[in-house]
Amino acid sequence: MISLTSYAFVSMALFTIGVMGVISRRNIFVIYMSLELMLNGLNLFLVTFARHHLNLDGQIISIMVIAIAAAEAAIFLSVIILLFRSKKSLDTDMFNTLKEGKK
Amino acid sequence: MSSNLIIWIILAPLFGAILNTGFYFYHIKEREIPQRLFSLIGTISPMIAFVFTLILFLDMKETGNTYTQDLYTWLSVGNMNISMKLLADNLSIFMSMFITFVGSLIHVYAVGYMDKDKAFGKFFAYFNLFLASMLILVLADNPVILFVGWEGVGVCSYLLIKFYHGKKENVQAANKAFIVNRVGDFGYILGLITLFFAVGQGDLSFSSLEANIANASNELLILSGVLLFVGAMGKSAQIPLFTWLPDAMAGPTPISALIHAATMVTAGIYMVARFHFLYEGIEGVGIYIAYVGAASALFAAVIACKQQDIKKILAYSTMSQLGYMFIGVGLGYYSSGLFHVFTHAFFKAMLFMGAGGIIIASHHYQNIFKIAQHRVNLPIISTTFLIGVIAISGIPPFSGFFSKDAILASAFAEGEYLIWFIGMFTAFLTAFYMFRMYFILFVAPNKNVGSPYVYTSKTITIPLAILAIGAIGAGFFNLPEILGGDHFVDTWLLQLNSKVLHMSHLTEWILMVLSVAVASAGIFVAYKKYANFDVFNPEKEDGLIGNKFYIDEIYDVVFVKSLQRLSVFIDKTVDTKIIDGFIMGTCNQFILLGKKVAKLQTANVRFYAAFMLLGMSSIFVYLFITLGL
Repeated sequence: MISLTSYAFVSMALFTIGVMGVISRRNIFVIYMSLELMLNGLNLFLVTFARHHLNLDGQIISIMVIAIAAAEAAIFLSVIILLFRSKKSLDTDMFNTLKEGKK
Repeated sequence: MSSNLIIWIILAPLFGAILNTGFYFYHIKEREIPQRLFSLIGTISPMIAFVFTLILFLDMKETGNTYTQDLYTWLSVGNMNISMKLLADNLSIFMSMFITFVGSLIHVYAVGYMDKDKAFGKFFAYFNLFLASMLILVLADNPVILFVGWEGVGVCSYLLIKFYHGKKENVQAANKAFIVNRVGDFGYILGLITLFFAVGQGDLSFSSLEANIANASNELLILSGVLLFVGAMGKSAQIPLFTWLPDAMAGPTPISALIHAATMVTAGIYMVARFHFLYEGIEGVGIYIAYVGAASALFAAVIACKQQDIKKILAYSTMSQLGYMFIGVGLGYYSSGLFHVFTHAFFKAMLFMGAGGIIIASHHYQNIFKIAQHRVNLPIISTTFLIGVIAISGIPPFSGFFSKDAILASAFAEGEYLIWFIGMFTAFLTAFYMFRMYFILFVAPNKNVGSPYVYTSKTITIPLAILAIGAIGAGFFNLPEILGGDHFVDTWLLQLNSKVLHMSHLTEWILMVLSVAVASAGIFVAYKKYANFDVFNPEKEDGLIGNKFYIDEIYDVVFVKSLQRLSVFIDKTVDTKIIDGFIMGTCNQFILLGKKVAKLQTANVRFYAAFMLLGMSSIFVYLFITLGL
């Protein structure tokens, strides 16, 4: 029997890896994948505790999150395509038009 | 039924104005409209107003009723309600009777005078609007509606004085009239506010003000009486707000006739008479008004003796006669003052119309010596002009005598001998300068023998003839008792609580003979000096009097120049240096701050994500500590 803490550690590890990915990577695709990783870490957390308390609420929320993430993927990918068309690059540092002194 | 008629007195000329405006726009934008249509609309509408007034007058004479017509609530703030309400009592019907009658005649006259003018339709649109504003003024039931008419009259006079706006002087004269009147209007508004503040209850109609005036404190009433009179000074051209009136001669002559006879300048007298309940309680202010009137009468008469412009002489004579009217209303003899307004309307309209005819016939000369040099034969105009001159000089049985004599007798009866003396002396001067003008224009010998006859249009001569009858006969409406009269005007205006003349018949006779003698002396002096005057060697307009006591120049230095300097100072120093400096300083500070804050915006997505993480973590830590989890 795997203990509750192990599940919690795995999910927190997934979430932290996601956060670090978002903060440290420059490629938009990798940032997006890290975001998905954070979501899935959260999902695992919810499902674990739902199972532990024998309450279906957490499982339902995690299914909702998966559904929304699917919808989000469609939008995110199209945004990425548009961004690539405008700059011919996926490096986030290229998208700095709001910085003072940039045109 | 009669009470519903009141609004139509105003609407008739107003519709005329609207129709004329519409047709005029069509005329200039699309295609030509014959002049006849404009003149038809323009002259019929005041006549309709006159007919309605006459119906109301006959009805009121029969039944003795007064009528009010409540149209709608204009504005309602808290417990203050101002309703659009019209009042037809004896005073307002008296006023609107002669306004519409003389006004209609002047409209007819204007058809002849403005013949073939390019802006014929525009002229009649303004003219009808002028009459409508004046009728709003006299038919208003509360001082606020009165002010609407008051301002309407001011605007229309401005528009009409600069009717020929191609010339700079005309525009300047119009601006002067408007601005000087604004000073008076300001006084009127302040006086009105003070009066409401003093009375402080009931709605604002004249009747409720009259009913509640006893509760008001005397000091506030005095203040409001003086301030309201400042308004009257502006409209009725009294010292010190008179400078616009002579300059207003820049407009076409029918306008001068309308301003001086039927509308505008009589507004001040009417307003004081309308507020008679206020001025009854504060006699000191009334005497002050009478002294201002006397001073204006004398001052204007002295200036008129030296003037050479035919219209300016008439303008100053109007100011002088208005002074008489203020003596009458100031001393509490409201009906005498208004009776002089009434008779003055006839002979002054006639004089101006005659002057207009003369100006046209002599190819737009206005200098009396120039006109005399190019004299033409104008039988009807010269006769009516003589009638007008006699009437204004105060020779019985012409109308001016009765009204002027009633005012002088009232000054004598009140024991204001100084005012009486000034009035008498002014009467002498009036006779002198009016006959000076007449003798130079028509009598003084002219080397060009056999002056040519000039045909004058029927629309000019017929109104002149009707007004001549009025100028002769108007005095008989208010014959004093000793001449077997019945004081019709005094009885009709009984609501004003005018004082009644108490003096022995002997004194009254002596005063009458005296005033006739004074007027005759004036005529005699004028005859001696000017009947054989060489018009090719005109007088010079110089000296203190010829330059109108330098009043215009003094005002220019004291008010215009100093204000100009003040505004230049504010523009160049206060505005650019102080206010702009302050505002721009604040702006610069914000810009500097913004530049510093903008450094946070690195345009680096990873930083933003880190900030978010930091923020959310700190919220979590905060919650962890405060909730004690």
